[in-house]
Amino acid sequence: MVAAEEIQITATSRSDPGVSRRELLLTTAITLIFSTTSASALVVRDSLPWSPNAGSPPTPVRPGPWAYFTAQEGAAVEALVDRLIPPDPQTPGGKDAGCAVFIDRQLAGPYGKAERLYMRAPFVDGTPQQGNQSPLTPAARYRQALAALDKYSRATYAGKSFAQLSDSDKDKLLAGLEKGEVRLEGADGRAFFELLLQNTQEGFFADPVYGGNRNMVAWKMIGYPGARYDYRDWVERHNQRYPLPPLSIGGRPEWVR
Amino acid sequence: MARKLPATDVVIVGLGWTGSILAHELAASGLNVVAIERGPWRDTATDFPPAYAPDELRYHIRHDLFLRPAQVTMTFRHKVSETALPIRSWGSFMPPNGVGGGGVHWNAETWRFLPSDLQMKTHLTQRYGEKFLPPDMTIQDWGITYDELEPHYDKFEYLCGTSGQAGNIKGQIKAGGNPFEGQRSREYPTPPQKQPYGPTLFAQAAAAMGYKPFPQPSGNLSQAYTNPLGCNLGPCTYCGHCEWFGCGNYSKASPQTTILPALVRYPNFEARTQCEVLKINLDKSGKRATGVTYVDSSANEWEQPADLVLLCAFQLFNVHLLLLSGIGKPYDPNTGEGVIGRNYSYQVTSSVDAYFDDKIFNPFIASGSIGMCIDEFNGDNFDHGPHGFVGGGYLGAVQTNGRPIQSTRTPKGTPRWGLEWKRAVAKNYLSGYQVVTHGGCCSYRDAYFDLDPTYTDRFGRRLMRITFDFHENELKMSQYLTDRLAEVAQKMGPRQFDKKPRTGPYDVTTYQTTHTCGGAIMGADPKSSALNRYLQSWDVSNLFVMGATAFPQNAGYNPTDTVGALAYWSADAIIKQYLKNPGPLVQA
Repeated sequence: MVAAEEIQITATSRSDPGVSRRELLLTTAITLIFSTTSASALVVRDSLPWSPNAGSPPTPVRPGPWAYFTAQEGAAVEALVDRLIPPDPQTPGGKDAGCAVFIDRQLAGPYGKAERLYMRAPFVDGTPQQGNQSPLTPAARYRQALAALDKYSRATYAGKSFAQLSDSDKDKLLAGLEKGEVRLEGADGRAFFELLLQNTQEGFFADPVYGGNRNMVAWKMIGYPGARYDYRDWVERHNQRYPLPPLSIGGRPEWVR
Repeated sequence: MARKLPATDVVIVGLGWTGSILAHELAASGLNVVAIERGPWRDTATDFPPAYAPDELRYHIRHDLFLRPAQVTMTFRHKVSETALPIRSWGSFMPPNGVGGGGVHWNAETWRFLPSDLQMKTHLTQRYGEKFLPPDMTIQDWGITYDELEPHYDKFEYLCGTSGQAGNIKGQIKAGGNPFEGQRSREYPTPPQKQPYGPTLFAQAAAAMGYKPFPQPSGNLSQAYTNPLGCNLGPCTYCGHCEWFGCGNYSKASPQTTILPALVRYPNFEARTQCEVLKINLDKSGKRATGVTYVDSSANEWEQPADLVLLCAFQLFNVHLLLLSGIGKPYDPNTGEGVIGRNYSYQVTSSVDAYFDDKIFNPFIASGSIGMCIDEFNGDNFDHGPHGFVGGGYLGAVQTNGRPIQSTRTPKGTPRWGLEWKRAVAKNYLSGYQVVTHGGCCSYRDAYFDLDPTYTDRFGRRLMRITFDFHENELKMSQYLTDRLAEVAQKMGPRQFDKKPRTGPYDVTTYQTTHTCGGAIMGADPKSSALNRYLQSWDVSNLFVMGATAFPQNAGYNPTDTVGALAYWSADAIIKQYLKNPGPLVQA
């Protein structure tokens, strides 16, 4: 039997002893081959290719101007998310929870650019169960649909943009999109509604480091303690509310102020 | 043009569960082993430390640890008359990528199949008669018995440190375990995990109805464990971030926690990551593999010659590589002939969502594989005669997570947005509870893989095409299982419950499980199977193919324990039989 890597039992800091840090060893032949041809293909021999502080934590979203939306688009999305998740006396709505900021930053990043998706032609419409076949990236779908929504709103409601509508007109328009009864010119309104609803709820419930769920309002609303990672003391305390407030992977607001 | 590297004894395609197991067994027996892995190296401390591991958006919603469809995907259609279109974003299943494979981000539900599952065709025909089975159903026996596989199940579970409670040790039924399971040679390595409120209530209700509830066998460990390779695992903290996530606590059995630290110490083992195998090379006879051709991350092509080729990629990619390499006869649904692509099967799950007024379930106190289950309706544990279908599944309260993007369920009739939705989410998050069925899936003549005529990957290779839909047998099964589950849910005392049986057509956009099976199945006859009982290719005897690729159909359990057991079974045959006398281990 071979002596195995000593593994730390509980999750603690990265500087814990017990994990071997021997340098990566490469055979001569392979080193020559890969050193001239490949930056990221990695040969692993003799020890785990582990180095301290080599993690990739998320980059927190910072407040500030829109990264992707125009001012007009941003105003429309703030109004949209605030009807999908309206404010109530206990919990802010989508706008104050930061859902529009979340969507903006997502669209400005790899998600918005469809970097991970299969985007090769031909693009052909199929059955709903075959999934989205649009050639457009999520960012482009927002741009196209928000323009079409603005046009529809102004044509239908005496020149008013979506953000300028009364709450009941906003809800009527959204319900029309959801049911496919409101037809937008040059955009699939129903598909956009689904995308928007999905992204809004993502922003509302995701970790606050991504710009939504500001001050963990959504987690407080439902009683989710967030990124606590250890519930051994509570697993067998049946039918009792967990006592600690939520925690983000970015900490708690009072820790960083 | 590929440049040729020095030859090695063994080349392994894919360093997930099966690749790690085979690499370890063969390196320990003295062979030179090279493993080629498409994705990156991954380790607990560097890739999913607790500081940021519990990130639902990154890992679950944006699929951070998975293969990118931009790298390679499949096309999908329900039936031959439909045009297959590419799966542009993952939905129904989540193909893994990187060292550790699916073993990094599984829920760690560690079930054995029933003895009768492995001889499904013979067993059902004997009990119900040939005519009981639909004519287009193509289920087969596996060519191996449970008793043959048992020592290898045991070995995989002791590698993992699986937490559970035996129900049958050497034929003796044990109270508190699963009385329907095949006999085990000994108790689980570690005791069951603790159970939160929901599973406890479910077990009380099930027991009151005369069922025999037992804890789900878990690869998230109840206590610290040192496995036979000397690797240490720590106790699970019930953080509720298992499936889709890497475990930051070293508590979930994975190649990283159970094999790789020991494997890398062998001087005769080497892993090459970010290198994608394009095809398996054959000699002029077409009967012998000469190695593989792969491309590194700088788009350079290399040929790695080897005496033995082990295909250990995820199930879908094993089949894809066989089709691309021209190994074995491709399956033709019109004639029913051919073996590569044959018998694609999946899994059929369903749920009952229950809503209570007076209970707090704390759904976030979870592990991917805690829960209490009953097995009365799995496999052929009940008489199917009156029901007109075959197969079954376990029912259970399996508390895998309370992650709020995924798990904020609302009662039927609630709007999907607006104030009413928001109030329903706030009201039901802690006091709603979902119980599930996890059912098997038979194989059929028209459910198969081939190469797509239109779409290609980034290297210009044809994508694999999936033709699949649920059949009446499975939908009837799901309805029946869901009805039985709802009876238990009702007994738990909710104010309301919503039954959600699986319905057709199959939808590739909505997650169900990543238990895709078949396509190069094992069996006793080379006309109806691609692999013999040792997972050796009938056509190319120095090629072995691991994983759920070999399942002739899927049982009503999660597949990983059986995948691990088959890998050890095959490794044993390679070491004890093949290496002494290379060639076919079974004469066709």
